[in-house]
Formats: sequence, structure tokens, C-alpha cells
Amino acid sequence: MELFNTFIKTAFVENLVLAYFLGMCSFLAVSKSVKTAFGLGLAVIFVLGITMPINWLISEYLLSENGLFGMDLTFLRFILFIAVIASMVQLVEMIIEKSSPSLYNSLGIFLPLITVNCAILGGSLFMVSRELDFANSVAFGLGGGFGWFLAIIALAAIREKLQYSNVPPALRGLGMAFILTGLMGIAFMSLMGIDPSIYTK
Amino acid sequence: MAETAVAEKAAVKAEPLFGKKEKKLITDPLGDNNPITIQVLGICSALAVTSLVVPSLVMSVAVVFVCAFSSLFTSLIRTKIPKQVRMIVMLVIIATLVTVVELMLKYLNYPIYKQLSVYIGLIITNCIVMGRLEAFAMANKPWRSFLDGIGNGLGYGVILVAIAIIRELFGKGTLFAGSAVEMNIIGANNGIVEYWINTAAESGIGSWFSWYANNNLMVLPAAAMFIIGIMIWIQRSYRSHLVDIS
Repeated sequence: MELFNTFIKTAFVENLVLAYFLGMCSFLAVSKSVKTAFGLGLAVIFVLGITMPINWLISEYLLSENGLFGMDLTFLRFILFIAVIASMVQLVEMIIEKSSPSLYNSLGIFLPLITVNCAILGGSLFMVSRELDFANSVAFGLGGGFGWFLAIIALAAIREKLQYSNVPPALRGLGMAFILTGLMGIAFMSLMGIDPSIYTK
Repeated sequence: MAETAVAEKAAVKAEPLFGKKEKKLITDPLGDNNPITIQVLGICSALAVTSLVVPSLVMSVAVVFVCAFSSLFTSLIRTKIPKQVRMIVMLVIIATLVTVVELMLKYLNYPIYKQLSVYIGLIITNCIVMGRLEAFAMANKPWRSFLDGIGNGLGYGVILVAIAIIRELFGKGTLFAGSAVEMNIIGANNGIVEYWINTAAESGIGSWFSWYANNNLMVLPAAAMFIIGIMIWIQRSYRSHLVDIS
């Protein structure tokens, strides 16, 4: 139940995009149509779900003081995390290409983009600073990815609808996307009271 | 061979170290080619720190540093990097610089380091840094790449600090909270700050705005979005060639 709680909390209340601004670049750039947003969203869930446990293992068994090398190597954290993310993205890309060409065709172009998506690295860094355990970090990764997925699909859907409305010319495109993201952030804040743990009592 | 070398030398001499072109590299990103409002890069890692001015200033300095030096180093070795692995080489350069910044900040000012938490690390994936390396530093000489890095870092910092000033002023009524020059500009003076306005408060501007109640919306992340949206709106209304059609 605690894991479910973590999942819900990261997906809705502490949404990576709307509360922490992580992954904004691709969030704004790729949210012009629902179909592409869907592909990118799935890829983000996928990569976050994979890299989070791996980075947890690295920071616990390689970099910490009672790890494999017996000394505090936390200053190597950034380089190792980004290397893991870059190589995992590459690996995932190759596996998907071999096993399911149809999924590859829909995700393919977005996978390389994900390396520089701050949501992925940000997730790993949050995991370290919040000192999550292994199971919780998996739930955190999946929940964060799911929240990102939801947010980008919602924004893409709104932007598709917006094409038929009369927005002031100077605000068209990016300006409106920013304001919409702000409004969505406020809407998501209304979920703040959710606490799934009360149902288990 | 010798002739071309002489010609090259002459060309280098003819170009002043800090001429018009170099100046443009710095001033352009501040206005018409601003990384945040026009190119829309690097919003990711930084907006969360803009609720106060001091952390935003620190963040801007960090980004200027990383942007400038990663451009310089990438440009220095640009002919040696194989094209297939250039992303990884860039990421390693950036990650090393960010680690330097992180350790420096941890040593110099621990409270601010704690406040910025993961966002310092996220400079690595800041699209501005990567974008400038890919678009400019890979194709230009070190000195100009260095200036371009500084310019883009500054263009980013200006917006960041502007947002932070608006958010802190209307959200908390103070400016530079948490530093030595903290001042309470508007709102009832709650006795925390006695630096600047209290001396003038009897008759001065400070007393005019004492009715102001802090606007909690400004403290929310959403406010940063609205402010950027409005900044884009204002900038594009004055410069119609920047409006995107899509």
C-alpha cells in the first residue's frame, strides 16, 4: 500500500512537470498533437521505470561509503547517472527495434530525445535526495513517468482544441502553452488532499 | 603552405578580439534570440528556483559558468570528436563542470546548496547548454564559442532573475530574502526586516504600501508559467516578426 501511495503521490500531487518543471523542453515542443505526445509519454514511462532501479543500485552499491569500493564517491554521481541514462536509452532502442518493430516505429524518433529529458535525470536525483528504498524508487519512477504521460497528453489535447479558438496573435503557440501549463498545475494541485493510506486503516 | 599560414594570420589579426560580431554574440541572446522566451530551451531545470531572488542569481551564475566553459572546451576539441559519440563527449564535459559547480557551492554556501537541491545537477540536461554546444561550439572557434556561451547563459539568467523579482516581491513582499541586503518593500512590516525601508517608512514609499497582503499564488509553481507566458506575449506584441504561425 505504501508503494501505491508513492505511485499516486508522484503521479498526481507531485507531478514532475507541473510541480517541478522537469522535462519542460520536450513537454512544450512535442505537445502539438496527441498521437506524438502519446508515443513520447510511453517512452518516458519506459525509460524512467528502467533507469530508476539501476541508478538506485549504482548509488547504493558503488558510490556510497559502504559500497563496493568502500569510499564516498558521490561526486561521480552526475557523470555515472547520465552515462546510465544515455546507455539505457540506446539499449532500449536496440531491444525494441529487434523485438517489436511496430512499437519501434511509433517510439523510435523520441527515444534519443529522452536522454536530455530532465525528468529522467531529475527523477534519479530526487530519488537520492529523498533516500528512497529500492521498491519505492521503482514506484517513484513508474509514477513519475505516468504523471508526465498524463500531463503531456492533456496539454496536447487542449492544444489541438485551441487551434479552433481565437487566441491573440502574439500569444499563439508557446505563450498560450505556458499559460495552459500553469492552469493545469493549479488543477493538479486540487489533488493534493489525496492520501490513499487512509483506506488501509 | 607558408602563404596560407601568413594569410590566416593576417585574417586573425584583422578580426578584433572584441568587435561588433563578438558583441552581437552576447547581446543577441538577451533580446531577440533569448533562450527562454524565443528558443524555449532550458526551462526545465530552473523555474522551480525562481520563487526567491537569491537562489535564482546563484543558479544564473552557475549556468553562465557551465555554458561558457563547456562551449570553450567543446570548441577546443571539436575537430577531434568523432561525430557518432559527440553527444556522450558533450555530456561528460558538462557533467564534469556541473560537478565542479556543485562542489564549489557546497563549500561556499551550504544553505543555498540545500535550497537548490537537485536543480544544480539538472544543469546537465539543461537544453540551452547542450543546444549551444551542438549548434554553435561544434562549428566555431573557441573564443567566439566562449562568448556565445556567456551570452546565452546571461540571456537565461536575466529572465530567471526577472521572474524571481516579480514572484518574490508580490509573493512575500521582500527582495533578496535570505541574504545580507534583504529588504521588505511592500506589505505590513512584520519586524523581520529592518534594513532599508524602515528608515523611510515614516514618510516614504514603504508606508504607502503597508496595506498589501501577500499573494500566495505567486509562490506556486504555476505563477512562473503565467509570468513567462505574459513575458512572451509582451515581447511578441512589440516584435511581430517573432510570432509563430502554427
